[in-house]
Amino acid sequence: MMSGGELVIPLGPYHPAFKEPELFKLYVDGESIVNIDIRLGFQHRGIEYLAQKLTVQQVVFLVERICGICSTSHPTCFCQAVEEAMGLEVPDRARYIRTLIAELERIHSHLLWAGVALHLIGYDTLFMYFWRYREPVCELFEELTGNRQHYAMLCPGGVRRDIDLKKMRPKILKVMKEIKEAITKLADAVARDRLVRARMEGIGVLTKQDAIRYCVVGPTARGSGLKIDVRADEPYAAYKELGVDVKVMTEGDVLARTLVRVLETLESVEIIERCIDSMPNGPITAEFNEYPVADGIGKHEAPRGEDIHYVKLNGTPVPERVKIRAPTYANLPSLVPQLIGYSIADAPIILGSIDPCFSCTERVSIVDVRNGRTITLSMDEFNEFCRKRKNPLKVR
Amino acid sequence: MSFKVPSNFNELLKLIEGELSPISVDVRSSKRIYVDIKKEDIRRAAKLFLDLFEPLRGRFSTATAMDCRDHFEILYHFSFSELGLVLTVRCKVPRYKPEIDSIADLIYGASFIEREIHDLMGIKFMGHPNLRRLVLPDDWPEGVYPLRRYG
Repeated sequence: MMSGGELVIPLGPYHPAFKEPELFKLYVDGESIVNIDIRLGFQHRGIEYLAQKLTVQQVVFLVERICGICSTSHPTCFCQAVEEAMGLEVPDRARYIRTLIAELERIHSHLLWAGVALHLIGYDTLFMYFWRYREPVCELFEELTGNRQHYAMLCPGGVRRDIDLKKMRPKILKVMKEIKEAITKLADAVARDRLVRARMEGIGVLTKQDAIRYCVVGPTARGSGLKIDVRADEPYAAYKELGVDVKVMTEGDVLARTLVRVLETLESVEIIERCIDSMPNGPITAEFNEYPVADGIGKHEAPRGEDIHYVKLNGTPVPERVKIRAPTYANLPSLVPQLIGYSIADAPIILGSIDPCFSCTERVSIVDVRNGRTITLSMDEFNEFCRKRKNPLKVR
Repeated sequence: MSFKVPSNFNELLKLIEGELSPISVDVRSSKRIYVDIKKEDIRRAAKLFLDLFEPLRGRFSTATAMDCRDHFEILYHFSFSELGLVLTVRCKVPRYKPEIDSIADLIYGASFIEREIHDLMGIKFMGHPNLRRLVLPDDWPEGVYPLRRYG
C-alpha cells in the first residue's frame, strides 16, 4: 500500500469532523488522497450486550442514548421491532405523535448538520444563522416532551406522553412558518455562493454504482441518485396517510448531499403541518402483558438514513438478542471512494458530508513517512487548515 | 443476469426457491420473508441479490449473529425498497467449526459487519479481504467473545 512518496495521515481516533471518535488513516501522495483505512470501536459501549440484560421497557431508554442528535430514531426502531414480534397494533394517535417527533427531529438534525458543514468550510455566519433556526425546534421539543434531547416519548405499543394539540398547534405552526421562510432564504444563499460551491461542487463524488455496492443509506444515497427512503418504501407510523415526497439529486457530490438535506427539511415542515392538521383522537398506548417467543425487524428513516433493529424475544421480558445497525455504520465504508483523488483540505468536509454522528476530545496526528516526523493538531488547528486549504505538513 | 428480475412478491419467492434451493421459506407478511439456506450457499445468495440491488432498489442492510447454544445463527438482512420488504437469509454455523464464507468481496457494505461479528461472536469469515479487529481494542485477549452466551 505504501510506496516511497506516500504519507500516512491518521485522522483520529479523536477526530475534527466527527461526533464520535474514529480512526481514519489517510494515505496521501503530495496533496491528494490515494487510499484510506477506517478503524472503529473507540466509542464501543456494548449496547447490544447490555440490551440482553434489561427488559424491553428499559431497553427503549438504553437505545435512546446511542445517539444524542437523532435520539428518537433508535427507540422508534426498537419499539417497532418489538411490536412486530408481539403482533401489537399501535393506536392511531400514537402513530401520529411518533411521526411528529421524528420529523421535528429531522429538522433540528439537518439544521445542526448544515451549520456544522458550513463551519467546516469556514462560513461561520451561515453556521450561526442555521443554528439560530434550530433553537426554536429544541424549545418546541422541551414544551412537547419535557426535554430538548432524549425525549423519552416512546414505549412498546405507543407513546408515553400525550400532547396538548390545542395549546401547541399555534406554536408549532409559527415555528414551521419561520423555518420554511428562513431555510428557503438560507438555501439560496448556500446554493448561489461561489465560494461555497467551489468547496462543495464536484467534491467527494460518490457514483450511483459505488453507492449500490457500498449499500449506503439516507441523504448519502439520495445525493447519488438512489431513491430510497424507508418512510416512502415501507411506510410506518403515519407516513402512509401523510405521504412523503422523496428528494433525490444525481450529482453525488458534497453539494448534492447538502441540497438533499435542505429540501428534506422543507419536506419535513410540510409533513408536520399535515400531521397536526389530521391527528386523530384516541388512546396513545396498546397494552400487552405476554411476552412471546418471536422475532421482529424494525426500520426507521433516521436523519442520517435507514436505521434497522432486529429483536428476538424468548418468552421473558428480557430480549434474547437485540441487533442495532445505525445509518452511519452503513455510510462510513463509502468514504473510501468519496475521498480517493481529493486533497487533504477537502477531507473534513467530505467526512462531514455523510453527517457522521462529534466527540468533544478531538485531535489529529499527521505522520510524514519520509522522515517519521509526527505532528499533532488540535481540532481548531486542523479546521483552520481546512478553511485556508493549506497542507499542515508544509506549514510546520 | 441469467434470470428475469422479479416484479412482485411472488416472483421474488419463486426466484429464491428456484435459484437457492432453500431449506425452508417462512413468509411472515408481505414485508418480511425469512429464508433458511445451507451456509455453503451464502455466496450464491449474495451474488443473486447483488444483481437485484439496482433494479429493485435493494441493499444489504446488516447481519445479526446469534448464539443458539448448540450452533450459531447468522441472519443476513437484505432490504428491497421497490417491493418494500426485508428479506432475511438465515444460516446455521456449527459451534465446533465457526466458519462461513465471506460475502464482503461481493458486497462491500458487508465488510464492516463481518469484522464486527468476527470480533464479538468469534465466527471466521473465510475469504474476507481484511478480517482485522473492528470494534474491540487491539489488546483484547484472544478467544474471548463478548456476545457469546454459552461459552
